[in-house]
Amino acid sequence: MHGFEFYVDPSRCIGCQSCVNACGECGTHRGVSMIHLDYFDREWTTAATPMVCMHCDDPTCAQVCPADAIKKGEDGVVRSALKPRCIACSNCVLACPFGVPKMQVEMELMMKCDMCYDRTSVGLRPMCATVCPSQALMYVTPAEAARLRRDTPSNTFHFGNQTVETKVFMYLPQGEEALEVDVIHDMWRPEQ
Amino acid sequence: MAIPPLPVEELIRLYGPSLKYSPPGGWTQSSAHSDDKLVKTHCCFCGQQCGLQLRVRSNEVIGFEPWDEFPFNHGMLCPKGVKRYLQGSHPDRLLDPLIRTAGGFRKAGWDEALRTTADRLRDIQLKHGPDSVAVLGGASLISEKSYLLGKFARVALGTRHIDYNGRLCMVSAGTAYKLALGVDRNPNPWSDIPEAQVVLVAGSNVAECFPITTDYLWRMRDNGGKLIIVDPRRTPISRNADLYLPVKPGMDVALFAGILHVVLREGLEDREFITHHTTGFDEVAEYVKQWDPRRTAEATGVPPESIEKAAMWFGTAERAMALHARGIEHHSHGVENVLSLVNLCLATGNIGRKGAGPNMITGQGNGQGGREHGQKCDQLPGQRHIEDPAAREYIAKVWGVTPESLPHAGLTAMEIFEAIHRGEIKGLLSICFNPLVSLPDAGYIREALNKLEFFGIIDFFLSETAHHADVVLAGSLQEEEEGIVCSGEGRVIKINKAVDPPGNARGDSRIIVDLAHHLGKGEYFQFPSTREIFAELRVASKGGTADYSGITWERLEKEMGLFWPVPSEDHPGTPRLFEGGHFKHPDGKAHFLVAEVKPGGDPLDGEYPLHLTTGRVVSQFLSGTQTRRIGPLVDQYPEPKVEIHPQLAAKHGIVNGDLVTVTSRRSSVTLPAMVVRTIRPDTVFIPYHWPGRRSANNLTHRTLDPRSKIPEYKNSACRIAKAEMPAGMKSNGELNVLGGR
Repeated sequence: MHGFEFYVDPSRCIGCQSCVNACGECGTHRGVSMIHLDYFDREWTTAATPMVCMHCDDPTCAQVCPADAIKKGEDGVVRSALKPRCIACSNCVLACPFGVPKMQVEMELMMKCDMCYDRTSVGLRPMCATVCPSQALMYVTPAEAARLRRDTPSNTFHFGNQTVETKVFMYLPQGEEALEVDVIHDMWRPEQ
Repeated sequence: MAIPPLPVEELIRLYGPSLKYSPPGGWTQSSAHSDDKLVKTHCCFCGQQCGLQLRVRSNEVIGFEPWDEFPFNHGMLCPKGVKRYLQGSHPDRLLDPLIRTAGGFRKAGWDEALRTTADRLRDIQLKHGPDSVAVLGGASLISEKSYLLGKFARVALGTRHIDYNGRLCMVSAGTAYKLALGVDRNPNPWSDIPEAQVVLVAGSNVAECFPITTDYLWRMRDNGGKLIIVDPRRTPISRNADLYLPVKPGMDVALFAGILHVVLREGLEDREFITHHTTGFDEVAEYVKQWDPRRTAEATGVPPESIEKAAMWFGTAERAMALHARGIEHHSHGVENVLSLVNLCLATGNIGRKGAGPNMITGQGNGQGGREHGQKCDQLPGQRHIEDPAAREYIAKVWGVTPESLPHAGLTAMEIFEAIHRGEIKGLLSICFNPLVSLPDAGYIREALNKLEFFGIIDFFLSETAHHADVVLAGSLQEEEEGIVCSGEGRVIKINKAVDPPGNARGDSRIIVDLAHHLGKGEYFQFPSTREIFAELRVASKGGTADYSGITWERLEKEMGLFWPVPSEDHPGTPRLFEGGHFKHPDGKAHFLVAEVKPGGDPLDGEYPLHLTTGRVVSQFLSGTQTRRIGPLVDQYPEPKVEIHPQLAAKHGIVNGDLVTVTSRRSSVTLPAMVVRTIRPDTVFIPYHWPGRRSANNLTHRTLDPRSKIPEYKNSACRIAKAEMPAGMKSNGELNVLGGR
C-alpha cells in the first residue's frame, strides 16, 4: 500500500496475542506465526511488547548470511530467506539486533515477518496491524500517524557502535520520572 | 434422576473437550484453494460483537479475514475472534441427538428425541402443574432464538419459569439504569469514548474481556483525556492509566460516594442540570456527606489524595464517562454499586451528550438484545414488563392468545436451581447455558441437576452440564443460522449464515419450533425460517421501549447496524440516549437514588480472612464450552492459576508455581500460584472458565442481589495454604511465558 508505514508502540500493548494468532493465519505462511510477543516480568507488570521485523535499510541478517539468501525488495521489505539458498545456519537468527528471524528447523529455512507483502500489494493492511485491538501495531500514512498520536516515532536505533535505520517506526515512551507497578504503592497507608 | 451415565473422564474421552488447531483439510490444503465465499458477520463471543468475515469452502468454515469497513472495530479482533472459526468442523461436534442410557449416550433420530422431550416435559406438567418445568436460555443466542424461546416457554409450555445466563451478566446494570434513567440500554455509542476528557473504568478488565475498547481508551488519551482505573487488580488496561484506584472488593459504593463527596465539597456539581433534569439529589448529597476522603480511604484502601484527584478530574471535565462491567456488578449490592456511579455522572451533568455518560460494558454477544425480547423472567418482547396489563394485552394479541393465559413473572436463573434443589421444579429445558461451570457454588448446582426428573438440552458440544441430560438435541453454532443481535453499544447488527449445521444437527430455531409442534401448539409457531420469526419480533416490539419495528435485515446490512429504538423504517436509529436531558421515566427526569454501603453476603472473618474474586482471561470465554476446544486459545492460558501478591505468598511460604489450596465456606480448590504484584495483598483471583475440581465456582457463594438477582462472584471469603506437590510433579519456579499468562 503506497505511502503507508508500519508503527509499533510498545506502551499500548496489552499482551493479548491477537497478532500472534493472526500472523499464523496469513496466506503465505498459514500455520506458522512470525511475530514475537514478550512479557517482561509478570510478577511486576502486565506490560508486554510485540516485535515485528523492523526491515532495516542495511539488514544485519543479510550482511551475515553466508549463502546470500536474504534479499530486500525495492519496497524496502526484507524477505524471508530464499528456500533454494538458505542453509539453515542460523547466523541471521544470532546476528539480528532485534531478535526477529526464526529458524524453522523442520523446513530448514529461516522465516520471518515480511510485513505481509502479499496483503499490502493488494491493498490490505498487514494481518497483525489490522487485528491489533490496542493498535500497538499500526499501518497508516505518516500524516495519519501524526494526526492520531501524541508520541514521536523513531526509526533510528543504536546498538553499541552500530546505528541501524529501519523502515518500521517505533514510538518512544513518554517521559516518566518513575514507574511504580506494585499495588501497595497505590494503596492507602495510614500514618503510624 | 439426571445423573451422568459415565464417569466424567470417560465422557471427556468420548465428547471432549479435545483441541482443534488447524482448519478443515489442514494448513496446506486450506491455503491451496480459493474460497467459495467470504461471509460478513460478527464474532460469536463477547458483547463487542466485532465485525469479521468467515472464509467458507464446501460448507465448512476454513478461516477468517478481517472486515475493515465495519465501523465498530475496523478489522480489529482479539485472539478469540481470530481463532473462533476453529469451532467449525470440530471433532467434538454433536452430529445427532443423544438419549441417555444406563451405559452412556446413544444416538437417536430426531422424531424420537423431540417426542421424548415433549412427552416427558408435558407428563411432569400434568402431574405437578405448569410451573414444575423451567426453561433456561442464553445471551449468545441471536434475538430471533431468544424471542422464540420466550414465546415457547409461555405459549407452548405455559410455564412462568424462563430465565437466561444474562442473569450472571447484565442484570445489575440493567436494573440500576431502569431505576435511575428509565431504560435498560447503554447510553452512548462507543465513538463517544475518544471524545471524553476523563474516562473512569470501574470493575472492568477491558484489555482481556473487551479488548477492542482498549483502542478507544488509548485514543481518548491521545486526545489529551485522562484514564482512571478502579480495580483490585492492575489489569493490562491500567498500564497507561493516569490514576489507578485499587479498591477493596465490595467497597465500590464507598469509593464513588467519597468521590461525589469531594465533587460536592468543591462545588463542582452541575446545579442547572440537577434542577431541571433530575429528582432526589438532596438525599444523595446528604448520604455522601459522611464519606469524606479519610473515611473513604479507611473503607476502600484507596489513598485520600487519589480520591481527591479523581473527584477533581471527573468534576471539572466538560465531558466525562464512567464505564463499568461485572467487577462492580457481581455483588449482593451490585445495583447499588451501579447507582452510585450513575449518581456521580448525574451530579456532574455528564449524561446525554457526546463523550459524557455512564456506560455498561456488555459481556455476552447478545447480552443486550438477548434480554429485550422475552427470555428474561419478568420481560415480554420490546423490553416490556410482564406484569404491565397493557403489555400483556398487546403481546397476547400478537401471539394470538388471551392475556389471561400468559404466565406471570417467574424465577431467575439461580432461583430456578434453588427450586430444582427443593424439588419444586422437576423438568428443565436448557439451551446456550453451562450452569455447572458458570453458576456459583458448583457443588450445589450439581446436586440440583442430579435431582431433575427430566433434563433436555439443546447444545452443539456436550457441555459439562449436558453430561446430566436425558436428551441432548444437537443444535447449531452462531454461524449456522441467520438473524440479529444487539451489541453492547445498543447497535442492532446482522448475523449471517455461513454454513449449514453438519451431520444431522439442526438449527436451534427449528428444534424449538418442532418441540412446540410436538407439544400440540404448532399453530402459534408457524415459522419456516428465522426471517419469519424476526418479522413477528418487529411487530411484538412495536411501541415498546426496545422498539425494533423500523429495523429490517436489509437496513442492518446497508447501514452497518442501527441503534434502537427505531420506531419506523425511515427512522435513523438512536445512537445516543437522553440528549437534551430527556429521560425515560414518566416524569422525563433522571432519578438520583441513595446507594448505601452494605456488607457482602460472605463476610471475612478470622478463619476466612481473604477476598476471593473471579473473572476472565483474554483467550477464554465464559464457561469455555467453545473456547476450551480451540487449541491455540487453550495453549495461551491452559489452566486456572491463583493470583497472589508476593507479600501474602511470603506469609504462607508460597513461591510462584507452588500448588495452593484455596478454601471457602463451600469447598476447596488446589491450583498453581501465580505470584504477582498486580493484585491487592488481601485478595486472590482465580479465572472461572474451567469445570470440575479446577472450577473457581466450587468456592463462590449463592448470595444474590435482592433486586437484580445477580450472584456475588466478585467477593467471597477464603483462606489459602501451600499444598503438597503430588509425586512426580515439580514446580518450575517461574511462569511459562506463553502458557502461563
